[in-house]
Amino acid sequence: MTELLLAELINKQQLKSDIFKFSVKAPNIVKNAKPGNFIEIRVSEQVEPFLRRPISIYNLDKENGILEFIFQVKGKGTEILSKAEIGAQIDIVGPLGNGTFKYESYQNIAILGGGIGIFPLYELAKSAKNDGKNVNIYIGFRNKDLVMLESEFKEISNKLVLTTDDGSYSQKGFAIDYLEKDINNGKIDAIFSCGPLPMLKAVQKLAIEKNIPCQLSLEEKMACGLGVCLGCAVKTAKSTIENPEYWHVCKGGPVFNAKDIDIS
Amino acid sequence: MNTKINFAGIEMKNPVTVASGTFGYGREYSNFFDLSKLGGIITKGTSLKPKAGNKPSRVCETASGMLNSIGLQNPGVEYFANNDLPFLKEFDTAIIVNACGSSIDEYVELCKILNTLDIDGVELNLSCPNVKEGCMAFGNTYDGVKQVTSKVRKVLDKPLIVKLTPNVTDIASIAKAVEDGGADAVSLINTLLGMKIDIDKRKPVLANNTGGLSGPAIKPVAVRMVYQVSQAVNIPILGMGGIVSGDDAIEFMLAGANAISIGAGNFINPYTSVKTVVEIENYMKKHKIDDINDIVGTVQMN
Repeated sequence: MTELLLAELINKQQLKSDIFKFSVKAPNIVKNAKPGNFIEIRVSEQVEPFLRRPISIYNLDKENGILEFIFQVKGKGTEILSKAEIGAQIDIVGPLGNGTFKYESYQNIAILGGGIGIFPLYELAKSAKNDGKNVNIYIGFRNKDLVMLESEFKEISNKLVLTTDDGSYSQKGFAIDYLEKDINNGKIDAIFSCGPLPMLKAVQKLAIEKNIPCQLSLEEKMACGLGVCLGCAVKTAKSTIENPEYWHVCKGGPVFNAKDIDIS
Repeated sequence: MNTKINFAGIEMKNPVTVASGTFGYGREYSNFFDLSKLGGIITKGTSLKPKAGNKPSRVCETASGMLNSIGLQNPGVEYFANNDLPFLKEFDTAIIVNACGSSIDEYVELCKILNTLDIDGVELNLSCPNVKEGCMAFGNTYDGVKQVTSKVRKVLDKPLIVKLTPNVTDIASIAKAVEDGGADAVSLINTLLGMKIDIDKRKPVLANNTGGLSGPAIKPVAVRMVYQVSQAVNIPILGMGGIVSGDDAIEFMLAGANAISIGAGNFINPYTSVKTVVEIENYMKKHKIDDINDIVGTVQMN
């Protein structure tokens, strides 16, 4: 059940100059959330900034009821949030989203992430690994300076491929190319992905070509996060110019089957 | 202490309603609180046939508010009647359907159907700024508003509220058209037409280029318009525009609103509407007001 909660900030870590990891006490959200769910945070008690900020869940510490999320400072809202001090009460609505990662029926899974899109993939990988799945992770960054969470992802994977576009760290190239090789070797039953739009388009195309089930976590500007305002529209695969059809990232997603949506 | 009101023939336990398009058909918010605590629920704008809505991006943040260009996405009146209305009827609150159309005939057809449903009233949407046809096209002239209102009036026996756009030169004359057309009440304001530009891309943020501005940023405009309309017509007023608290609600009522709606305020806190109910009661206690109806229009102008 979705709830509104003032959650105590118990740990705060700066991963990069503009990237922060927050740990908050949120036992109910942790209990109810599934891999792929997100939360919305109100960063001010006043009306400026106005809307809540949708942020993906990084880790659910079920034992201790601790919710972890990682975010990049992109504007005024996330900047205010980044300045919250330990002990602060973080105003959270969550868990949000009905479309979550569904890995249960696959044994050999591939998790493909790019840049800050890797955050919601951690809980998925961790859960799948705990459930005895063969977890293959492919994460890409533009360059060495942007690489993060390598050891964290390594720990919860059977195989980790880390790439940088320019080869300044680890493997050179795009993570999806390494995934494609493993698909061609018949090692992958399903793909789960989150990252920049060009990467999502490429993996959607690849999955459809290779006829492999694929689930994508999407992002869109949103207001309520609850399925009310209908702001965060995403075109369905059936949608045409004459008969447009939209679903919503907050309600149908944020995770969708790649073949059901049109992100072109 | 009395918070009950009779708004244009609709009995409400308090003057707090939720604005069209900010509360869906109630289901999502029912997970947070008992919808029976509200005076009324105004549904998402509903049309004769389903509408897909506009291309994304549809929403963005602005100073103390937001822009939206949803484009009246809704499942159509038949789906509403079969799926959403039975759910809403589980609660003890007034149900008012926001009705939108792209031609006068469509408004009339839709209201014929709404007249047969177990609802408390209709809010005629003549003010959506985000669709090309209908709505604001009728809503920005005296003649257009009077014509649609009077044609709908002929087929609708239920209380009829007409929602006005603020994107006009003289809001009072448009409100007069609602009264002259035979409606029971007027609601205002819908969103103010706005635009936000992404300065890196040199393109508007919204796919539809423009959208409707809502939130606390528009409240002073809305309060002023409610006051002006209250001076021009004798029918009750449902006031809205940036209300996020009981204090905001009281301001609208002093200006002349008989009831109020919470709009974008629902997005920032799912409890804004019920919090407003409590805060209105607190204001009444503090100022020793026995009946909420007594404060309507009591602002003393300088």
